Amino acid sequence: MAIIERPTPADTISLRMPVTPAQSMGIVRRPVTSTGWKSWVFTVDHKKIGIMYGVFAMFFFIVGGVEALLIRLQLAAPDGKILSADLYNQMFTMHATTMIFLFAMPMAAAFANYFLPLQLGARDVAFPRLNALGLWLLVAGGLILNSSWFLGGAADGGWFMYSPNSGPVFSPSNGVDFWTIGVQIAGFGSLVSSINLIVTILNMRAPGMTLMKMPVFCWMIMVVQFLLVFSLPVITVALVLLTFQRSFGATFFDVAQGADPLLWQHLFWIFGHPEVYVLILPAFGIISEVLPTFSRKPLFGYPFVVFSGASIGLVGFGVWSHHMFATGLGPISVAAFSIATMAIAIPTGVKIFNWTLTMWGGKIWYSTAMKFAIGLIVLFTIGGLSGVTHAVAPSDTQQTDTYYIVAHFHYVLVGGMVFGLFSGFYYWWPKVFGKMLNEKLGGWNFWLMVIGMNMTFGPMHILGLQGQPRRMYVWTEARAGEGFFNFGFWNRVASLGSFILAIGILIFLINVVHTARKGKPAPLDPWDARTLEWITTSPPKEHNFDRIPVVHHLDEFFHRKYQENTTTGEMVQIATGAQLVQAEEDNADAHIHLPSPSYWPIAIAVGVGTLGLGVVYGVPIMIVGVLIILGSAFGFVLEPSVADDIDYDPPMSGGQDTKELAPLG
Amino acid sequence: MAMWLFLGSECLLFGGLISTYMLYRGRVTQGPRPSQVFDIPFTSVSSFVLLMSSLTMVLAVTSAQRKDNHRTKLWLMVTASLGATFVGGQVYEFTAFYNEGLGFTTNLFSSSFYTLTGFHGVHVTVGVIMLLSLRGIISKDKDTGDRPEVVELIGLYWHFVDIVWIIIFTLVYLIPA
Repeated sequence: MAIIERPTPADTISLRMPVTPAQSMGIVRRPVTSTGWKSWVFTVDHKKIGIMYGVFAMFFFIVGGVEALLIRLQLAAPDGKILSADLYNQMFTMHATTMIFLFAMPMAAAFANYFLPLQLGARDVAFPRLNALGLWLLVAGGLILNSSWFLGGAADGGWFMYSPNSGPVFSPSNGVDFWTIGVQIAGFGSLVSSINLIVTILNMRAPGMTLMKMPVFCWMIMVVQFLLVFSLPVITVALVLLTFQRSFGATFFDVAQGADPLLWQHLFWIFGHPEVYVLILPAFGIISEVLPTFSRKPLFGYPFVVFSGASIGLVGFGVWSHHMFATGLGPISVAAFSIATMAIAIPTGVKIFNWTLTMWGGKIWYSTAMKFAIGLIVLFTIGGLSGVTHAVAPSDTQQTDTYYIVAHFHYVLVGGMVFGLFSGFYYWWPKVFGKMLNEKLGGWNFWLMVIGMNMTFGPMHILGLQGQPRRMYVWTEARAGEGFFNFGFWNRVASLGSFILAIGILIFLINVVHTARKGKPAPLDPWDARTLEWITTSPPKEHNFDRIPVVHHLDEFFHRKYQENTTTGEMVQIATGAQLVQAEEDNADAHIHLPSPSYWPIAIAVGVGTLGLGVVYGVPIMIVGVLIILGSAFGFVLEPSVADDIDYDPPMSGGQDTKELAPLG
Repeated sequence: MAMWLFLGSECLLFGGLISTYMLYRGRVTQGPRPSQVFDIPFTSVSSFVLLMSSLTMVLAVTSAQRKDNHRTKLWLMVTASLGATFVGGQVYEFTAFYNEGLGFTTNLFSSSFYTLTGFHGVHVTVGVIMLLSLRGIISKDKDTGDRPEVVELIGLYWHFVDIVWIIIFTLVYLIPA
C-alpha cells in the first residue's frame, strides 16, 4: 500500500549526516529529487501524474483537432483537393483514435488521478508505482500510434477497424500494425490504472466515508474503471487476433478460409460500447460536482444519480449489437438489443432530471464552469435523443453509416464529454495551479464552443438523413441536391462551424497562458465548494492533507462550513474555507512518509514499447523488449516502496523535519 | 484485491479466446482435423500434472502462513517444476502436431487452437518464473512486502491458470467438434 507511516526514530537524524548515495538494485541511486525534470519523469505522486496525463491529453486534443479541421476543409467545397482519398482515410481514422484513446481517456484519467485521492481524503493512490506505469504505457502507446504518420502512413480502417478492411490485402501499409500495437499498449496502461483506482476507492477512503458518503465524481470514476477492467481484455483478444493475422499469417478474419468477419465486430463492440460510457461517465461525475456547488444546493437525489450511473455501466455491457443492426443478426437478437438500448435511456434520463432539479430553486452562480455544465445538459440531451432513434432498429438501418450517426456521437462526445471536461478545467484550475482562469475569456471560450459545435454537428443531422455517407472523401455539386437540403450549403456551414469551435478552444489555450503569466492567485475556497479536495492548500501539498480528515457527511467540507440552525432550518455559515485549511495545518500529523520515486515504471514502459515495435519490425527487437521488461519487473518487485534514509540528502533547513526525509533541489 | 480484479479481467480475455476457438474449431479447409491430431491420454497426464501443482501451491501457501521458510521454498520449487513439466509437455505436443502437418497458419482451427493454448502456456510460464523468483527472493531474504501475502497472491494467480486449463481441456480436447 502506498502510505507507510512509521515513527521516525530519533537516531535517523544522525544518520542523515553522510551523503553517501545508497543504491537501488545495486546499480543506481534512487531518484529522490523534488524539482527538475527527474522529479516528473520518475515521480509516483498522483498529482504530478495527473498533470502529466492532462498535458499529454491536451497535446493530442490539439493534434486530433487539426486532423478534424483538415477533414472539414476537404469537405468544405465540392471535389475537395486538400487530401487524397488515401490520406483522408488515414485522417478520419487517426482523428477518432486520437480523440478517444489519446485525448478523452487520458483526460478523464488526469481528473481521476488528481482528484480521486483528494476527494477520498487519501494521501495517494493504492499503488503509486503502478499509477506511473499506467501513464508511461499510455505515452508509449500514443507515440507508437502516431509514429506511423512518419513510417509509411497511418492506419486507415476507421476507428473500429472492421475486417476484412483491416487485413493485409486491403490495408497493406504498416499503419494498421502500428494502430493495433499502439491501442494494445495504451489499453494495458488503462487496465493497470483502472485496477489501481478501484482498489484506491474501495480501500483508501478517509475514516467515516462510507460508499454512500463518497462524492459522485468518485462513484462515476469507479463505474468507469469497472467497465474498463471487464471490456479491455475483449479488445485485447481482438487486437491479438488481428496482429497474428497481419504479422504471422493467421487467417482469423480471412473469409476465403471460412472465417467470419463478424467475429471482429462482436469482439470490438463488446469493448466498444462500454467504452462509450467510459468516455461520458467521468464528465457526468464532474458536472455532478459542479452543479451543486454553483447552485448552492446539495445534489438532488444523490442515490439516484449514483445508482443510475452504476446501472448505465451494467446495461452498457448488454447493448453492443446495436452497432451491428445492419449486419443481419436475426429478428430476435435485433429486438433484444433494441429494447436494451432503449432501456439505457432511462437511467440517463434520471440523471438529467436530477441535475435539472439540482438547479431548480438554487441561487445559481453563472461561472464558466457552471455554463459548461449547463451546456452539457442541453447538448447531451440532444445527442441522447438522436441516440434513441438509433435504438429503433428500422430507423437505424436507414441511418447506419450516414452523417446522422456522426452528428449523434459528436453531440454526446463534444457536447457531453468535452463540455464536462472543460467544466472541470474551470472548476478545478485554481485547485491544481493556485490561479483562477480568466472568467471573461472563459465566457468567450464557452459561447464560441457552443455556437461552433452546433453549427458543425447540427447540419450533419440533415446531411445524414439526406443520405450523405460517412467516410466519403468528396462530394460533387451535380449530386448535391437542391433547396433547403442542398449538401453543399450544409457542408459549408459545418466547415465554418468547425473553425468557430476551434477558435473557442484556442481561446481556452490563450486563457491558460494568460493565467499562467498574469492570473490572480486563487483564494483557498473560491467557489464555496463542497468536497474534501478543498480542505487543503491550492495547489495541494505533496502529502495532500496535513491531517487525514474524518468524514461525517456527504459533502463533508460544506458541512464543516455550514451548520443548520435548529429553529429556522437555515444553513448558517460557521467557518470559512480558509479557516478550515488553517485548522488542518495547525493540527498536522507528524511523521508522514510518502512512497519514493522510482525508475522502474518508465523502464517497463520502454520495454513494452520496444516489444511492440518488435512485432512490426522483427523478432530480435521483440527479444530486446522482453528482456527490458523482465529486468525492470525484477527491479520493480525488489524495490522497497520507501527509499532508504541514506538515499536522501540532509534537509536544507535543518531543524525538526519529520514530514519527509528532506528532498533537495 | 488488485489480483482478484486482474483475474476477473483475465477471465474475459480467455473468454474471448475460447469463444474464438469454439467458433472456428470446425472450420477446416485443409490439413488435419482436431480429432486426427489430439492425443488425449498424453494431454490428460500433463493436465493431471498441472492440477497436482495446485495442490503443492496450497501446501506452499500454508507453510508460508506458518512462517516455515524451508517448507515454503520446497513446495514452491515442486510447484514450479510441475508447471515447467506441463509447459514442456505442451512444447512436445505442439512439435508433434506440427510434424503431423498442423502449422499455425494451416487452417482456422489450428490458428485459434495455437493462440488459445499458447496464451495459456505463456501464462503458466510467467507463473513458473514468478514462483522461481519468489523462491530466490525468500532465500535471500529480500522481499519487500508481507511474505505470506505475497505467496498467497501468486498462489491465486496459479490456481486461476489451473482452472482455466480445466475449462480449456474440457472444451478443446474432450468435447468432440
